[in-house]
Amino acid sequence: MSFPWAKEYKPSHPLMQWLDEKLPLPRFVYNAVGAGYPVPRNLNYFWNFGILAGVCLMLQIVTGVVLAMHYAANSGVAFDSVEHIMRDVNWGWMLRYAHANGASAFFVVVYIHIFRGFFFSSYKAPREMIWLLGVTIFLLMMATAFMGYVLPWGQMSFWGAKVITGLFSAIPVVGEPLQQWLLGGFAPDNAALNRFFSLHFLLPFVILGVVILHIWALHIPGSSNPTGVEVKTESDTVPFHPYYTAKDGFGLGVFAILYCTMLFFLPNALGHPDNYIQANPLSTPAHIVPEWYFWPFYAILRAFTADFLFIPAKLMGVLAMFSAILVWFFLPWLDTSPVRSGHYRPLFRKFFYLLVIDVLVLGYCGGSPAETKYVLISQIAATYYFLHFLVILPIVASIEKPAPLPFSITEAVLGKDDQTAPAA
Amino acid sequence: MVRLFGPLVGLFFAVALLWSFGVGAIQAIREPEPTTAVQEFHLAPKEPEPGFSFNGPFGKFNQAQLQRGFQVYKEVCSNCHSLHFVAFRDLAALGYTEAEVKAIAKEWGTKAKVQDPKTGDETERDNVPADHFPKVYYAGTGNPPDLSLVTKARHEGPEYVYSLLTGYQEQPAELLKKYPDAKTPDGLYYNPYFANLNIAMPAPLADDQVTYGDGTKATKEQMAADVAAFLTWTAEPKMEKRKQTGWAVLGFLLAATALAYLAKRNVWSKVH
Amino acid sequence: MADEAIVNASGTDSPAVHDGAGVDEGVRRRDFINIAAVSFAGVGGLAVLVPLVSQMAPSADVLAESSTEIDISQIAPGQAIKAVFRKQPVFVRNLTPVEIGEADKVPTSSLRDPQTLEERTKAGKKNWLITMGVCTHLGCVPLGAGEGEVKGEFGGYFCPCHGSVYDTAARIRKGPAPKNLEVPPYEFTSDTVVKIG
Repeated sequence: MSFPWAKEYKPSHPLMQWLDEKLPLPRFVYNAVGAGYPVPRNLNYFWNFGILAGVCLMLQIVTGVVLAMHYAANSGVAFDSVEHIMRDVNWGWMLRYAHANGASAFFVVVYIHIFRGFFFSSYKAPREMIWLLGVTIFLLMMATAFMGYVLPWGQMSFWGAKVITGLFSAIPVVGEPLQQWLLGGFAPDNAALNRFFSLHFLLPFVILGVVILHIWALHIPGSSNPTGVEVKTESDTVPFHPYYTAKDGFGLGVFAILYCTMLFFLPNALGHPDNYIQANPLSTPAHIVPEWYFWPFYAILRAFTADFLFIPAKLMGVLAMFSAILVWFFLPWLDTSPVRSGHYRPLFRKFFYLLVIDVLVLGYCGGSPAETKYVLISQIAATYYFLHFLVILPIVASIEKPAPLPFSITEAVLGKDDQTAPAA
Repeated sequence: MVRLFGPLVGLFFAVALLWSFGVGAIQAIREPEPTTAVQEFHLAPKEPEPGFSFNGPFGKFNQAQLQRGFQVYKEVCSNCHSLHFVAFRDLAALGYTEAEVKAIAKEWGTKAKVQDPKTGDETERDNVPADHFPKVYYAGTGNPPDLSLVTKARHEGPEYVYSLLTGYQEQPAELLKKYPDAKTPDGLYYNPYFANLNIAMPAPLADDQVTYGDGTKATKEQMAADVAAFLTWTAEPKMEKRKQTGWAVLGFLLAATALAYLAKRNVWSKVH
Repeated sequence: MADEAIVNASGTDSPAVHDGAGVDEGVRRRDFINIAAVSFAGVGGLAVLVPLVSQMAPSADVLAESSTEIDISQIAPGQAIKAVFRKQPVFVRNLTPVEIGEADKVPTSSLRDPQTLEERTKAGKKNWLITMGVCTHLGCVPLGAGEGEVKGEFGGYFCPCHGSVYDTAARIRKGPAPKNLEVPPYEFTSDTVVKIG
């Protein structure tokens, strides 16, 4: 679907006309990210992050496919093959650092994209499906990133694999057989490494598929915007091309500068030194942590230290960690406020900023050693996390008095909209 | 449904968390975790004077220092520690000629292991430049790590190596008084830069242990800094190329982004 | 880079507001900036291809094994050894005077790939025939270098895949192969050591 004023694709060259009849791919692109897609004129720079996430996915797929040409998924030689890439393969060091830091860049971009969604309530009707697909993408990303981190077969790879698959052993009755099934053994070894490599290669293409659905679903209602007021007339929109292609081009440049600064000057800053030690099943590193993008969830996992009622602490931690993400699936039905944008929701806004701080605190605690003070802090922070989504949002939605909304996007941008004149 | 069960689930997790918090807090107050000798006496790595040449975005290796560091590795460290991810041919980056690399490989004490295809016996041959440094098998107590990646496998690796090599000392009397159980066991050596303060490696360096060809005075600090620099090169041989490429890429991206910004302003000038 | 299409910016959306002679200059400057921005994106895209393509070229460890030294002191006349050069077999053969005679006897004009034994060996080392063990037909390894292997009807090498037969100078005499067995670049670093490559 599209707005009635969307421009129609009219190829002038006979060849393009011929192609349009046989396979209307240019028409498809024109209507998706070309002049044929009308977009609200007031999108701010937070709306750049969707495209950037797509760029990150392509970056990871391209560098990943290339690295797979040199990597050997065998517990005997995996570590050596990574060092072979770093030392002997032409530009191998750059490709590997690009892939490792690309994962972090991808998560930075996606977290900003998600929190943009929280603030502007991008999950609300009629965009629930976009949101559900987005959370699915995030889950797939986490699985892919985790399995990718195992591949270098360093100490953190090995112990990460052991601890994360150990989560499944918390499940009553089937837990232990399930863990052994996942690993193909009693501890991570060749079987686990090979299947992780296979899935790490496969899942990005599954993500790509879900991304296409995500964008498809987006084009049904069209993009949301910072006012949360739906598009009313043509003056509320501009064509995607050239306006947002130009803006995304600039955003991409800024992103590339930051990313390349990390890649070329601080390539190991986000990694862990222990992963430059080859996996040793007989010795656990003193302080094991996952990569930074898992820290908030890791903190929630570790926050459950005492058995609750009849449920063991270990199981509670696992349940809570998965619930912390699954709760996002229910957001469209938990937050029932008719107003979308946080700009017009004074009470919601305060809780949103509290959530941002809360997640940063959880992240900090998750990356710290399991000392009492960090565990105590993360218990409070995790409490707020669950209350925010499951209790506070529904309550705020029913008691809050939103600020007055602008009549239209045009009025929000220009201060007036000719459409409003007769009404006023 | 969601609005009914959601808050219930939220409260369930919240109560469970606060229960954990309460149990943990009471325990922390009743029996506070005792401080340990490691918490109090472990030191963060320090940089040698006047600092490493390769640090910072413009940092470069000092070839003379790398050659000295290689000499220290060869004459001291290589008795116990492998350097398995480095090949002899890589030494060309230190400024050695092809003939010198070949001679270093040929004269290397540990020979390359080969299996005779006829008899199945393990035999030895001289190393060639294409070979990696042969693995060193250490029979004594302790487990000397491979050093190829050691500066990337520790926080602040180069500084850590330097500090560790120069950090051997008597165990402070203060420590023994406060933590009598933390006395360094026999066969281990006190070093405040080591993670658990007691390391199996005896102090490896003493003044004038090696004789540098370039006339540099071989103090303990000098040798430690040199070998730390050498091991930084072994861990990241492509560092200089990485930084050079980085500057070229950033220069290009800054120009491209500035243009992209101007182009974006052009396009939007019609609607603002 | 995603902004290739900016170049059309002023084409698809012609700014009707700009009129008059003085404004043309501004429009042209803007077009220039848009074209420059897209060109930069294009150059950047091409630059990214360099590492992606060159990573497939032989890596440093492979190149380090691109020359091989062979000790030939143990090869008696009439014997041959197989060595490995760039992951492919190389035949080093110590020809007997009889074999040299047989090779010299053949008129070069009758050969498919005319070459004399002199041209295929080093001066003064005519008995040392060093060739790749790769059939010039489709790359199989011919027989004849190993102990007891079939040498073919011309006493040289015989390729079992498609029946190419080489003589004592490893020249093609019969069968589908178009060329003589290739002589790799090599030199005698001493009387007993040959460096190939």
